Amino acid sequence: MSAETDTARWERRPEVPPPAPGSTSRGRHRRAGDIGRTVVRGIGQTLVTLGLVVLLFVVYEVWVTDLLTAQRQGELSDELQGGWDDPTVGDPGGTPAPIDVALGEPFAVLHIPRLGEDWSRVVVEGTGGEQLAQGPGHYVGTAMPGEQGNVALAGHRVGRGSPFLDLDRMRPGDPIVVETADWWFVYRVLGDLATGDLDADPSGIPGMQIVRPSEVDVIAPTPDGAADAAATGAYLTLTTCHPKYSARQRLIVHAVLEGGPVSRAQSPDGPDALREG
Amino acid sequence: MYTWIWRHLPGGTPGKTLLSLVLVLAVCALLLFVVFPWIEPSLPFSDVTVDQ
Repeated sequence: MSAETDTARWERRPEVPPPAPGSTSRGRHRRAGDIGRTVVRGIGQTLVTLGLVVLLFVVYEVWVTDLLTAQRQGELSDELQGGWDDPTVGDPGGTPAPIDVALGEPFAVLHIPRLGEDWSRVVVEGTGGEQLAQGPGHYVGTAMPGEQGNVALAGHRVGRGSPFLDLDRMRPGDPIVVETADWWFVYRVLGDLATGDLDADPSGIPGMQIVRPSEVDVIAPTPDGAADAAATGAYLTLTTCHPKYSARQRLIVHAVLEGGPVSRAQSPDGPDALREG
Repeated sequence: MYTWIWRHLPGGTPGKTLLSLVLVLAVCALLLFVVFPWIEPSLPFSDVTVDQ
C-alpha cells in the first residue's frame, strides 16, 4: 500500500455524508471510533519511533563512539610522537625522570599483545568521562609508569574504541608494555605461570578479579592493600566494566613490573615482550 | 504524525520521498551527534572506574 492511498483516504474523510436522521447513535458511534483509532495510531507511532531511537542509541554506543575515539586517538598519537621526537630529547640518563602531566593530557602508549598483534592505545591523565572518551585513562594520584606503587588505568569495555573488550582473555605472564617519552616498561600479568591459574600468584595478589564498583582497594599502592600503606612493588592495574554491556561489576587485571626500564634510544622498536606470542 | 508530515511535504511522490529521506537523516544526525552525547553522561552504561 502506498502512502498516496493514505493521503487520498485522509482527504476523502470530510466528504463522509452527515448521518441520516434516525441513525444518530450509529453516527456518534462512528465518530468516537475515528477518534479512538487516531489516538491508538498516535500511540503506536510514538512507541515505534521511541523503539527506533533506542536502537539508534545502541548503534551510537557500540559503533559511532568508536569512530569518534579512533579519530581522537590518532590526534593524541600524533601529539605524543611529535613531542617525543623532539631532538632535544636525547639519550636519557640512568633513571627515568618523574612524569608530571596535566589532566586530559596524553603521556604514554599502552601495548597489550594479547588483545591484538598491534594493539596500542594512547593513555591520557584522568578517568572522567571526557578523558575516557579519548582512550584509557590514568587514575589521578596513582603511580606513574616505572614507579613503586600501582599504575592504575581505566578503559571502556564496549564502545569508544572498546579498548578493554577482551581483557578477560589475559593470562598469567602476559606482557603489558607501557611506552613513555624515553622508556619502555614491561609489566607481566600476575598468576601462576605453570598452571595458568590467575589466582595463584606467590604474592597473593590475583592476576584477575571481578569486584564491586565500590572496591577501591584494587588501585591501592599495593593492590588489595591499604590505601595509605607503602607499596610492596611496582604494579599496574587495569579496570573496566563487567560483564560486557553492563556496569554492574568491574573486571580488574593486576600486573607487576618486570626488570628495569628499556631506553627508547637504545631500543626504538620496543622490548622483545612486544613480539611474544 | 507521519501522515501529517507526508501531507505537508511539497512536491509529488518522488519529491516527497526525497524530502522524507533528508528529514530522516537530519533527525538521525541530530540524535547521534547532539542529543546522545549530551544525555550519555547521565546514563550508567559507561562506568568503568572503581569509585574514588
